[in-house]
Amino acid sequence: MPEPASDTSAESPAGNAPEERTAGSGHASTTGATIELEHLTKRYPGSRDAAVDNVNMEIRAGEIVVFVGPSGCGKSTTLKMINRLIEPTGGRIRIGGEDVTDMDPVKLRRKIGYAIQSSGLFPHMTVAQNIALVPRMTGWPKGRIKARVEEMLDLVGLDPGEFHGRYPRQLSGGQQQRVGVARALAADPPVLLMDEPFGAVDPITRDHLQDELIRLQHELHKTIVFVTHDFDEAIKLGDRIAVLRERSHIAQFDTPEAILTNPADDFVSGFVGAGAALKRLNLTRVRDVEVTEYPTVTVDDPLQEIFNRLRSSGTNEILLLDKRGRPYKWLRRGDLMRARGSLARAGTLVHDTVTLDATLRDALEAVLTDNAGRVAVTGRRGEYIGVVDMETLMNSVHELLEADRLDAMEHQHELEETRAQQTHFEQEGVDTGEAKA
Amino acid sequence: MAPGAVEVRAGAVNFWEYLSSRHQQLFTDAYQHASAVFQCMVVATAIGVLIGVATYRSQWAGNVATTTTATFLTIPSLAMIGLLIPVVGLGVPPTVIALTLYGLLPVVRNSIVGLRGVDASLVDAANGIGMSRPARLVRVELPLAWPPILVGIRVATQMMMGIAAIAAYASGPGLGNEIFRGIGSLGSKNALNQVLAGTLGIIILSLLFDAAYVLIGRLTIPRGIRA
Repeated sequence: MPEPASDTSAESPAGNAPEERTAGSGHASTTGATIELEHLTKRYPGSRDAAVDNVNMEIRAGEIVVFVGPSGCGKSTTLKMINRLIEPTGGRIRIGGEDVTDMDPVKLRRKIGYAIQSSGLFPHMTVAQNIALVPRMTGWPKGRIKARVEEMLDLVGLDPGEFHGRYPRQLSGGQQQRVGVARALAADPPVLLMDEPFGAVDPITRDHLQDELIRLQHELHKTIVFVTHDFDEAIKLGDRIAVLRERSHIAQFDTPEAILTNPADDFVSGFVGAGAALKRLNLTRVRDVEVTEYPTVTVDDPLQEIFNRLRSSGTNEILLLDKRGRPYKWLRRGDLMRARGSLARAGTLVHDTVTLDATLRDALEAVLTDNAGRVAVTGRRGEYIGVVDMETLMNSVHELLEADRLDAMEHQHELEETRAQQTHFEQEGVDTGEAKA
Repeated sequence: MAPGAVEVRAGAVNFWEYLSSRHQQLFTDAYQHASAVFQCMVVATAIGVLIGVATYRSQWAGNVATTTTATFLTIPSLAMIGLLIPVVGLGVPPTVIALTLYGLLPVVRNSIVGLRGVDASLVDAANGIGMSRPARLVRVELPLAWPPILVGIRVATQMMMGIAAIAAYASGPGLGNEIFRGIGSLGSKNALNQVLAGTLGIIILSLLFDAAYVLIGRLTIPRGIRA
């Protein structure tokens, strides 16, 4: 279904912003654009301090940047200045290299997706009408809009036939949020702004929606700016995280790994909260660590062969795989002695496995609950790949933390260098940022 | 006082006989009554919603609009028409002006309340997806404010039905003529019948209008926000 739709959009002569259309992986959809904020400031009349004070930030094309900070720190205000729902009182905004600070805000916003908490769906319009809004305003032909609505519903995991004609109040909170994201993406904008979009849904749904967003981003490669006050959400979603303190001062702007292992100051470490090492486990997948080989046999092997294998392996235990290569039972030497020719009752059943995509936290959980302290790793169809045990986990985590620390030190060094350079420039009075003044 | 033809007849004239003998006149009066109210209502709605749209964004302007229109209501209808006669003369003009002014308050107030009651996050979303101000008003705010506005129109109509009767004082159209004739000839055989016929006519018209509004509500309030 999505194929013909995207084809027409690519061939449409009146296509909007055709120069931005890149045929990324056969999908004719717009990928992300860079966002640059320069000395961005918001000062409300009558208040002494700026609400947002001199924010400088470069967001790379196609990355998810999460603004995280305590409530009232100006993270939402900063976000809303990117699509100029709040007009900055100073500084510049560049999207894809183009200065949009003085552009017509209505036109600007049609090129920037916007999703908010409580979904912001219009209750008097159907799901389809809601999604079709921006394409309709930008003057897409009817047929293309219709195809696009179906495609978007499909993309966010809702059955078009079923949800097309429903009204927002007939949807659950999670479904409303999905439609909200579909509407934000309908006109294929390069940039997506999300203001605490999952703040009002229950934890389980939130978890699902986060996974969905990650999946979507793998397909679409938009530039996403995401605001949240939930640090765990920031870690899960962000390619980079900007920890903001009051007046939107950037306390630290770095990868989740770097922030967890090397918080810039007490404010950041306070915000990261307890258990940074545990949170770090969420960022690494089983496929990234060394999975150890383990001696295996299959149920079809004759008993004698199993004995021999166990003896030659030098371990105390062997993993029995079923006919399709999936982990079935752990067999100890003692089990085999008692087996008396049949394996039907011998050994302990494998009750828990992890996939290569599981996080190290999941793996640790499984290892901790297993009485022998190891867990089998399986592939996509459940086939055996290897084993992770306590020792591998410990070693990998130490290595990871060490690597993070080195990275962070290097990064800090770089930052100091650029900062020194900047002060140097400012003293010389040739700072590019001041050129406009 | 020019007594009606029926009145001269001897003997008690009961209400039904009165109705059947005068139905032609009554229908004309009722039609004119309804038509005056309907037309004034359309004008009051148009002006009222416009005032609402123009003022709802500012706390101050909204209050001024509501207070001003509320002041019209405090003027007794008879006095209002009396004051209008020297300015615009007798007949239809004072009727239309008075009715429209009285109809304004409920419409203006409910427009302002309705427009202000639109969820701020929806306004934020409308702006955020790139709606211009007029588009936001037409596509989002007015449709969402429509149910309370319709209630305002209904209330205004009920009120205007009664007030329109006073219009007969300024030789205006409508069922008020019947009532005034009855009051003018109190004591005569038909006086009570006339007042009764006028009053009942107004009540029936009100009910018919109300039914029409229920139907309009069904047809114009989108399914997604119908209570």
